[in-house]
Amino acid sequence: MKKSYKIDVDCANCANKMELAANKTEGVKNAVVNFMTLKMNVEFEEGVEPKTVMQEVRKNCKKVESDCDIFF
Amino acid sequence: MNKKQKRNLIRIIITSLLVIALNFVEVGGALKFILYMIPYLIIGYDILIKAFNGIKNLQAFDESLLMALATIGAIALALYTDGDYTEAIAVMLFYQIGEWFQSYAVGKSRRNISELMDIRPDYANLIDENGQINKVDPDEVEIGSVIIVQPGEKVPIDGIITEGTTSLNTSALTGESLPKNVSVGDEAISGCVNINGVIKLKTTKEFGESTVSKILDLVENASSRKSKSEDFITKFARIYTPAVVFSAVALAILPPLALMISGNAPLWQTWIYRALTFLVISCPCALVISIPLSFFAGIGGASKEGVLIKGSNYLETLSLAKTVVFDKTGTLTKGVFQVTAVHPENIDETGLLHLAAHVERYSTHPIANSLRAAYPNEADNCNVSEIEEISGYGIKAKVNGDVIHVGNTKLMESVGAKWSPCTHLGTIIHVAINGVYAGHIVISDVVKPTSKDAVYRLKKSGINKTVMLTGDSKEAAQKAAQEIGIDAVYAELLPEDKVTKVEELIENKASDKDKVVFVGDGINDAPVLSRADIGIAMGAMGSDAAIEAADVVLMDDDPMKIAKAIKISRKCLRIVHENIYFAIGIKILCLILGAVGIANMWLAIFADVGVMILAILNAIRALFVKDL
Repeated sequence: MKKSYKIDVDCANCANKMELAANKTEGVKNAVVNFMTLKMNVEFEEGVEPKTVMQEVRKNCKKVESDCDIFF
Repeated sequence: MNKKQKRNLIRIIITSLLVIALNFVEVGGALKFILYMIPYLIIGYDILIKAFNGIKNLQAFDESLLMALATIGAIALALYTDGDYTEAIAVMLFYQIGEWFQSYAVGKSRRNISELMDIRPDYANLIDENGQINKVDPDEVEIGSVIIVQPGEKVPIDGIITEGTTSLNTSALTGESLPKNVSVGDEAISGCVNINGVIKLKTTKEFGESTVSKILDLVENASSRKSKSEDFITKFARIYTPAVVFSAVALAILPPLALMISGNAPLWQTWIYRALTFLVISCPCALVISIPLSFFAGIGGASKEGVLIKGSNYLETLSLAKTVVFDKTGTLTKGVFQVTAVHPENIDETGLLHLAAHVERYSTHPIANSLRAAYPNEADNCNVSEIEEISGYGIKAKVNGDVIHVGNTKLMESVGAKWSPCTHLGTIIHVAINGVYAGHIVISDVVKPTSKDAVYRLKKSGINKTVMLTGDSKEAAQKAAQEIGIDAVYAELLPEDKVTKVEELIENKASDKDKVVFVGDGINDAPVLSRADIGIAMGAMGSDAAIEAADVVLMDDDPMKIAKAIKISRKCLRIVHENIYFAIGIKILCLILGAVGIANMWLAIFADVGVMILAILNAIRALFVKDL
């Protein structure tokens, strides 16, 4: 399953860090962060609940970049 | 400017004024320290908070943490020697100026590009059963509904015109400034602007499947497909920051130790200062921002010109194109048959066309269509009767009492007309009046008026080889190729042969870096489009299959756009490379100068912010592609 989320982040390198953090989150098969359009496209593993995974993703992203947000 | 940008701008201005004012205040010791801490905290409090979060989350290479370390270190050194605090504040100030500029420029180009692509319709005028017009969300309109489009409005959903005549402005989609005239039975593509007449449409698609949604979706997601340059810079940034931080640590410890061992004064202050300079240069933001911004601007500028590029990666590959392979019919030629020559005998040209058009009055054969197109006022008051189709031969009819035969040579022979052969290539239509030969009409596919110039421009922009693939006969293919100036022709190919030919060309290219582009009209050539390094589909307005299969989509069918697309990609990639070399070069230069003590913190932060600003301004240049 693929979903697209709106994000808020200030710098391009921080966006890259978020991408890395999201990809390391369990339940995420692949995540791409587009800094220019402020979007995160997430492909989930089979049979996971996107909402719960996204909560983890947000937590992990906040760890690497405290000033970011993901809207879901 | 948003709220955050405004607040930060005010902080920047206040800090600058305070620093200037403090220069004129003669104080020393603790009071001086306290006075200088005011602007430092005003400009740096958020960085310090983020730095603290960085420590908490064990992010050793967090930029804010590094910036905080560098400035706090500089302040500590100044405190120790009762020196100048301005430097630390300046580093924080310029860092914030850089961040502010980045946020402003990126926000601005985001808006610019969404304005360029301002084709999203906000509503549709739906007509209900009672004939009432309701403004509704385009998403709610079902297939087969009737909607009305007033002058000045955008066509919200693809549909067929059921009432009215108008001109449509397609420039937002195709970059073509000439309006398109449409009337009942024609297709109206969503995203076009209705110029003068009121039209009613029967929708043929849902909003989500309409051209305008597809295009917006495609452009918005294009920059998510990242290029190799972006991957490179992301990886580089991942190594760069830790590497610089470790060198900073080494610089702070190793030289003083070496000096101590060799019996000299260790000069701790000097070396720690140089290490702090390293931390200032360690922020990779200038490198990282300029690359996606360049691609974003390049893709945005291209879509304004009617060239849709489906990803940054394709833009990158397209810039390496060395061979361009064309499909002939529909790409270099119009793909419709037209009368290209009229050779009458004992009658004038218009007379011959006139008769032929009459005889073909009711036929729907493509040849009949082109004959009628060559004589548009066919429905005059001539008396046409007894039309009889002779299968495999042609058509016979009575026009104003004369028996007219229109058809092939076999038909001429069967009525005893002495036909003469023609040197032209194409389909030859012979005409006989009362059994006497009256001449022939040549019908063939015609080369697009811009094809020759397009190929010339491609060659001028560095394309080594142009190839034409076609299912047509050798003679027709050779003739077209010569006329256009194509290097190599492969004729009489079946669709699967085209794939094999493209594969051959890909295998035989001089180096791996040279890319093979295939250009087709998206009909029957989806396999070739996907097999080539880059598949370009042209004239794709409204054709889903083509949009699906191709990497680059040209909204209209002008071959000049191919050269334009390649030039846009080259310009964008040139900017990307300039930015990569420039930013990395300046950073490394500053590191070297910092290590030997020539560059101080002032220079380091100037270089850092300056490089970022220049790289961003350079990246925005990728947006301007109109005159390429």
